[in-house]
Amino acid sequence: MDALLLQLLNGLDKGAAYALIALGLTLVFGTLGVVNFAHGALFMLGAFVAVSVNELLTFSKRVKDESVTFFDAYKEQPYLEIWLGDFGSAIIDWSVPIAILAAIPIMLLIGLAMERGLIRHFYKRSHAEQILVTFGLAIVIGEIVKATFGANPIPQSAPEIVSGAAPVGALFGLSEALVYPWWRLVYLFSSLAIIGGVFAFLQFTTYGMVVRAGMADRETVGLLGINIERRFTIVFGIAAIVAGVAGVMYTPILPPDYNLGMNFLVLSFVVVVVGGMGSLPGAVAAGFLLGVVQSFASMGAVKEIVPGIDQIIIYLIAVAILLTRPRGLLGRKGVME
Amino acid sequence: MNKGKTFTRRTMLKGTAIAGAAMAAPTVFTRGAWAQDFRNDPGDSSTVTLGFNVPQTGPYAEEGKDELRAYQLAVKHLNGEGDGGLLNTMKPLSLKGNGILGKKVEYVTGDTQTKSDAARASAKRMIERDGVVMVTGGSSSGVAVAVQSLCQEMGVIFMAGLTHANDTTGKDRRRYGFRHFFNAHMSAAALGPVLEAEMGKERRSYMLTADYNWGWSVEGSMTEVTEKIGWETVNQVRTPLGAGDFSQYITPVLDSGADVLVLIHYGKDMVDSLTQAVQFGLRDKQVNGKDFQVVVPLYSRLMAQGAGKNVAGIYGSTNWHWSLQDEGTQAFVKSFGQEYGFPPSQAAHTCYVQALLYANAVEATGTFYPVEVIKFLEGFEFDGMGNGPTLYRAEDHQCFKPVLVVKGNENPTSQFDLLEVVNEVPTEQITYPHDLYAGDLGPYEV
Repeated sequence: MDALLLQLLNGLDKGAAYALIALGLTLVFGTLGVVNFAHGALFMLGAFVAVSVNELLTFSKRVKDESVTFFDAYKEQPYLEIWLGDFGSAIIDWSVPIAILAAIPIMLLIGLAMERGLIRHFYKRSHAEQILVTFGLAIVIGEIVKATFGANPIPQSAPEIVSGAAPVGALFGLSEALVYPWWRLVYLFSSLAIIGGVFAFLQFTTYGMVVRAGMADRETVGLLGINIERRFTIVFGIAAIVAGVAGVMYTPILPPDYNLGMNFLVLSFVVVVVGGMGSLPGAVAAGFLLGVVQSFASMGAVKEIVPGIDQIIIYLIAVAILLTRPRGLLGRKGVME
Repeated sequence: MNKGKTFTRRTMLKGTAIAGAAMAAPTVFTRGAWAQDFRNDPGDSSTVTLGFNVPQTGPYAEEGKDELRAYQLAVKHLNGEGDGGLLNTMKPLSLKGNGILGKKVEYVTGDTQTKSDAARASAKRMIERDGVVMVTGGSSSGVAVAVQSLCQEMGVIFMAGLTHANDTTGKDRRRYGFRHFFNAHMSAAALGPVLEAEMGKERRSYMLTADYNWGWSVEGSMTEVTEKIGWETVNQVRTPLGAGDFSQYITPVLDSGADVLVLIHYGKDMVDSLTQAVQFGLRDKQVNGKDFQVVVPLYSRLMAQGAGKNVAGIYGSTNWHWSLQDEGTQAFVKSFGQEYGFPPSQAAHTCYVQALLYANAVEATGTFYPVEVIKFLEGFEFDGMGNGPTLYRAEDHQCFKPVLVVKGNENPTSQFDLLEVVNEVPTEQITYPHDLYAGDLGPYEV
């Protein structure tokens, strides 16, 4: 029972990452009608905002390490620690949360630049051309990051206070042995809050209402005198923020490298297709569903029956769902058909 | 028509026969006489090129970078630059510090990407385009086995870097391949008694294994040794190489009733999985009335550095460690430390030693002809390289020397003092018969 609960939590964690990326993908697709293959790159760029913030905070001075006598060894001592002492160390410790704050304006700017600078020129083109240009953009962004930060993953750590394991079992009156890392819980709940925030924004604000109206019938909204294009640009910026913040928060779980976006993008497209093209609740539901299923497929007992199932389960499910429900779980008629 | 000048079929045939004979003549007369018509013979060239094929990207990239540093240092020392490093302590020594056979040593590098196909392509390029006389590097047994068999086909010696699977000098041993590094069998044999003494006879182990030949090898050897002590194996789960997030494999451990996690991962995978295991609270757990323990059969300082304080108290084995006090180790650490500002890893050590051993064999035999070099290395005994007296066993091209059992240091005295040597297991205890893992070296001439 405990094992199942842990596996469920773990799956929700993974699912949260898929859902956040898929949510942005669907938002962009629903509003602008563009299949954005560079969306994974935004997730990766978010992760590298965390890396950059950390590098900035730990900008160091080389000092001789007296404890090594064999040869002249040096230690890196961050200037922040030299100037501010313990407070400096605390700031460095909190570099990931600081990066989340930094990522919001940075990702908004990147998103706006991407949409205004490149993608808007392709609205009238075919889907195939949109895919080619956004895929090309993803490769270019990946290579720029590789050239700047190198090809190897750069580990980031969560603040000390949330780096251990939470006694989940004891909190809920279950087995004492049931623990789960704090940061993953923080990640899960923050993701839920972000998803809730995006839905609330679309559902309960006038701005969101206009965007939804535009998604349903762009022409009519335009005829009413509303500059729907500008609103959609903002939506692209919001999707970039969501992907970027998800990327920042994922760094303590998985050290980022330039390929991170591509790894998640492929899965996220499966998520979007399974959830139903253009359906926001579908994307979120499918994200969590596939995360949980993937997590359960990795259990020893399951792998004993079907070896290697953990590697292919997501694609099997995609095949099964598309065979039985060709529009995906919550797909509507007439979208992408 | 001028008949005399007509080119007939008959004259054409004669001409062809004469031309054919003339072209064949030089080899007809010299081939048998010198028997040294071999690939990439440096001949009269004033330089000789070595190929350093290491992972510069992928999960073992950190190890690869350190290997490259070691090779560059070895080239310096071979060419008589720097402080000479292990050239000062190696016994017996034929090298003179003037390159190899008087030729200046140059090198080319390649990126194996920790993938067998990329590694083979890179090695092939070095051999065919760059004309290297020897290929060396690691660090993955999948890569080592693939490159080793390529080198056998192409008649170029392969001095394996970090590769720990039994296969490399077991079922996949090759005449042209040599391994200085220890292997899974030796790790398990060395760890067994220490685990028994530290953790007792009644333990239940759970193994997470990197899903390729190295992982399977260590899993097999560790299972054999731990079950011999009396431990029970609860589960063995294979994980993909470079998975990144291992959490879905770690959560089932918590509820499995196991009280020891054997983590058969290396490089970045080990850093990721160990960090995640600690995040999931495994180190603070009590199961079956005992403290939960983690064992990492193949340990390295680089990994310890990546995993930070998570390694404290965790047992494992290594081929070599920079804190050893013998003359060879001290000379190498000093030399490497002065060059780069930190001590070498075990990957760096084995690669440096391999480069020197090859060069020394060429110098001793007086030829780059691989068959002579191979015959010299088979059964070669040497000392002063940091591991004590070492034998290159002729039957499987595996080195035999003491193995270190180490533990993550709980009170490090410096930023590099991450592992503590618990036991230096003597060679006799880890030696096994060469036919335990049956394999065929193949021919000398290819």
